[in-house]
Amino acid sequence: MKPSLYSYAVPGASHWSFRVRRGLSIKMTDVEGDANVGMLMYNPEDLLERYNAPDTLKCQHTFKLTKGHCLYSDMGRIFCSIVDDTVGWHETISGNSNAETVATRWGARDYQSDRNLWKQNGYDSFLVELAKYGLNGRDMAANINWFSKVGADDNGVLRLVQNHSKPGSSVTLRFEMDTLVVVHTCPHPMNIEAEYPRKPVLFEFFESNALEADDICRDSCAENQRGFANNMLYYMGAAR
Amino acid sequence: MTAMVRESLLNAENAVLREVVRAGDYWLKEIKKGQTFRILDLEGNQAADTLFYNADDPSERYSATDTVREQRNLYLTVGSQLRSNLNNVMLEIVADTCGRHDTIGGACATESNTVRYSLEKRCMHACRDSWMLALAEHEHLGISKRDITHNINFFMNVPVTRDGGLTFADGISAPGKYVELRACMNVIVLISNCPQLNNPCNAYNPTPIEVLVWN
Repeated sequence: MKPSLYSYAVPGASHWSFRVRRGLSIKMTDVEGDANVGMLMYNPEDLLERYNAPDTLKCQHTFKLTKGHCLYSDMGRIFCSIVDDTVGWHETISGNSNAETVATRWGARDYQSDRNLWKQNGYDSFLVELAKYGLNGRDMAANINWFSKVGADDNGVLRLVQNHSKPGSSVTLRFEMDTLVVVHTCPHPMNIEAEYPRKPVLFEFFESNALEADDICRDSCAENQRGFANNMLYYMGAAR
Repeated sequence: MTAMVRESLLNAENAVLREVVRAGDYWLKEIKKGQTFRILDLEGNQAADTLFYNADDPSERYSATDTVREQRNLYLTVGSQLRSNLNNVMLEIVADTCGRHDTIGGACATESNTVRYSLEKRCMHACRDSWMLALAEHEHLGISKRDITHNINFFMNVPVTRDGGLTFADGISAPGKYVELRACMNVIVLISNCPQLNNPCNAYNPTPIEVLVWN
């Protein structure tokens, strides 16, 4: 990996957003273990184009996200590729914690008493960041929860696996489009730890490596090759 | 999974509305709080791609993530409470002779069709195009592409495996199977009767559904 251009450790229970240029990669590291990163993605040139969990899952016949997968927009294009992953399973169907569930489980959010150690929730975090771009709750699609594993048994019963992500585990995203990324580090909505979890996540930005002739993401299935073809048409100027 | 099946006690003769929706068409109607409606798979193996909005404030809408998380189960069947993006219960499934419905796989769109099948299939009809026409023809509702998200695929079977795989299996629906929902708020129901020709969600043969409404 090339040297990092910029790095920032996002504190736990916080939110952030940034526009990332295609050609950059972001490595997220779960510093202490058992972190959660909620993420949404938008095309900054057309905010109506956004991360689409159903298309991402069905195009790759997967329920979990890991190395080799691509993250699709609703327009058949690929925002980014998961080029490295030491976790093995990230989920995208459970959504967010909200003020009510956090208050019920761990107590109300209270800045006056807790300052920046308040009990922030995922839904409000997204609302705050989205509003900076003229977006609101209507624009909130199903998000990714990085570092979190939610599995289903044969009857469809869902369970969050506790202590899934080990300290120092990481996942690296290679951006294939200019992308508006909105993130929070609030607890997973199904987390039932006794104490409100507050887990930092290190974000490191790199120049991406050139694609290999046999790329681990583009060439992992014919669908992803077609997704890359759609990206190519977009930047060529022959796509919606 | 052992399918949960519960038959309806309602009689079709007492329905206040009965409408057949042909494959590739949309159906958009308001259902009042307390009303019950049924989606009937007339010929079997048909997918009804469905979205719900709060009729009094359409910025509140059906949310697949809130629904599956709160019920701690991926599949929809009798007893499932369909939740909104504000985590309110919008509707409840009160009868179901199919036993399992999908809300993970999303709808087909011309754009995702290019990825799933071929770039050259971009002009084939798709659910999202039916929704786009519906919204264009009902601009007064104030619903737009922003509000189009993760839907329910009634009658569709998308099993998730323990190791995180996802498959599109043959439908478990059949002619005459139905699902029935009671509205817990005034809701706008937007159905695309799926035109997909490229996968088994319609058994490669899109067919009509019927919608029935009771007071």
